[in-house]
Amino acid sequence: MTSTTMAENTASAATKVGLATGAAPFRLIRRGLVYLLLSIAAFISVFPFYWMVVGATNPSAEIIKGKATLGGSLLTNAATFFAQVDAPRIFFNSAFIAVIATALTLAISSLAGYGFEMFRSRVRERIFGLLLLLLSIPFAAMMVPLFVMFSQAKLVNTYVAVILPTVASIFIIFYFRQATKAFPSELRDAAKIDGLKEWQIFLFVYLPVMRSTYAAATIIVFMANWNNYLWPLIVLQTAENKTITLILSALTSAYTPDYGMILFGTVLATLPTLIIFFLLQRRFVEGMLGAVK
Amino acid sequence: MAQARLDRRDQITGWAFIAPALILLGLFMIYPIVWSLWMSFQVGKGMNLSFGGFANIMRLTKDPVFLRALGNTFTFFIVQVPIMIVLALLFAVALNDSTLRFRGLFRTAIFLPCVTSLIAYSTVFKSMFATDGIINEALMAVHLIGAPIGWFSDPFWAKVAIILAITWRWTGYNMIFYLAALQNIDRSIYEAARIDGVPAWARFRYLTIPMLKPVILFTTVISTIGTLQLFDEVYNFTAGNGGPSDSTITLSLYIYNLTFKFMPSFGYSATVSWVIVVVVGILSFLQFLVARDRRRSA
Repeated sequence: MTSTTMAENTASAATKVGLATGAAPFRLIRRGLVYLLLSIAAFISVFPFYWMVVGATNPSAEIIKGKATLGGSLLTNAATFFAQVDAPRIFFNSAFIAVIATALTLAISSLAGYGFEMFRSRVRERIFGLLLLLLSIPFAAMMVPLFVMFSQAKLVNTYVAVILPTVASIFIIFYFRQATKAFPSELRDAAKIDGLKEWQIFLFVYLPVMRSTYAAATIIVFMANWNNYLWPLIVLQTAENKTITLILSALTSAYTPDYGMILFGTVLATLPTLIIFFLLQRRFVEGMLGAVK
Repeated sequence: MAQARLDRRDQITGWAFIAPALILLGLFMIYPIVWSLWMSFQVGKGMNLSFGGFANIMRLTKDPVFLRALGNTFTFFIVQVPIMIVLALLFAVALNDSTLRFRGLFRTAIFLPCVTSLIAYSTVFKSMFATDGIINEALMAVHLIGAPIGWFSDPFWAKVAIILAITWRWTGYNMIFYLAALQNIDRSIYEAARIDGVPAWARFRYLTIPMLKPVILFTTVISTIGTLQLFDEVYNFTAGNGGPSDSTITLSLYIYNLTFKFMPSFGYSATVSWVIVVVVGILSFLQFLVARDRRRSA
């Protein structure tokens, strides 16, 4: 921008500001609009949660007629849900898959993120660049060969098949590498002088220092696994091995879905991720900040 | 600096740290990707495949369902991504004002949709979009519509419902990225601009947008990839068929149907999946170009 246009801009801006500060109501109106906009957004964001909880207490016929107040059918809906769904088994499947996959993903991806950042070499930088390129290849492009691989290995319909392809996550590797940039190198140097080996530094220095990064990654990975749909839909084929996400989808696909019962199940399926989010919320935002920096 | 030449032992340690990830990625990502590229030139049903050269690509051009899926995916992408990015930016800028009351509450509320699974929220939305349901009721109460909309029986409104649902689910997610980036911007720049009398919109246009450009680019690319892979919501809304009459079928849903629903044609479905790869590649490249051009002219 040249200095003359800058001066012009500033001049015209100054008159505008003069008008605005001269009229306090104008600023008040703008403030009010911001609150209005945010309130509408917040309402729209939260309403479906309210709807889900209220729906769990209403019969299906009322739900599809738009009844948005508490009803008396909670127990009926619960009974129908537990009669149709082997809930302990299904929730165990979901929890087992999500917990194991999250633990493995964090371990493997944080090791790699640390390795890429701390031990830079030309070859490894090239590999890292290649991985970032692969990040943009959609899952659809590998799902058919993956399915053929697992069916040839006779692993279709097992937990292993659901978990294994997800544990080396390029996104989480990238995330840990970014966060490692903020890891103070003096700590590592000091630990080295104390005679710690690299794996000891990783385990006893890096890991405790980076706990908010791990917390944030835990949320992201756990939710992704708990909510994962397409790949489990392909490899989990018998009812007793399915996750809650798959069961909910199957119930919704019925010709006349029983929404009361389904929304009851949806509440159950959403609770774990909601609880984790509220417990780790501050960590989550901290971790996100680390990733963007 | 870490740039210093590594000795032999450090080299070995470096490889050891990344080896588990590389082995897994090689096995479950790179190998399947290469395989599917090879598969995309194969024709035949089931495991009876033979080399067909460009036969699959020719078939693409004459396949009405594929063309429909490609068109739908583009519609979702062109309409949904810009709306979501603009809304997310708007909310982030509003929430970045430290004098605003209830910031934490607003932020949590707008981010909340991200904790739901794609299946859970599409189920909830499906029940809200019922013909006599709450959405139609509300729209009629404020006289926006005269008669109930058949959200899932009309090809146009079915698309609108899906776009509304996706926007609900992902706006807060993008907003968090912008908020994080905004908090990294040095406040004194804004103070200086304000004292110089630069109005709010100009501060937004000439300070905020350029400084957020890398994050905007990042979220746009991520959203593009996400939208082009759209599957869960459409599958759940339409009981897996992309109806009414293929009006909401997406590329991913078509690949799924080709592979697991009809007599499997692995080769052809691999070809369709590589269409997504190529489109994602082209769009990401264009987005990088646009971002770079703007920087040059600024």
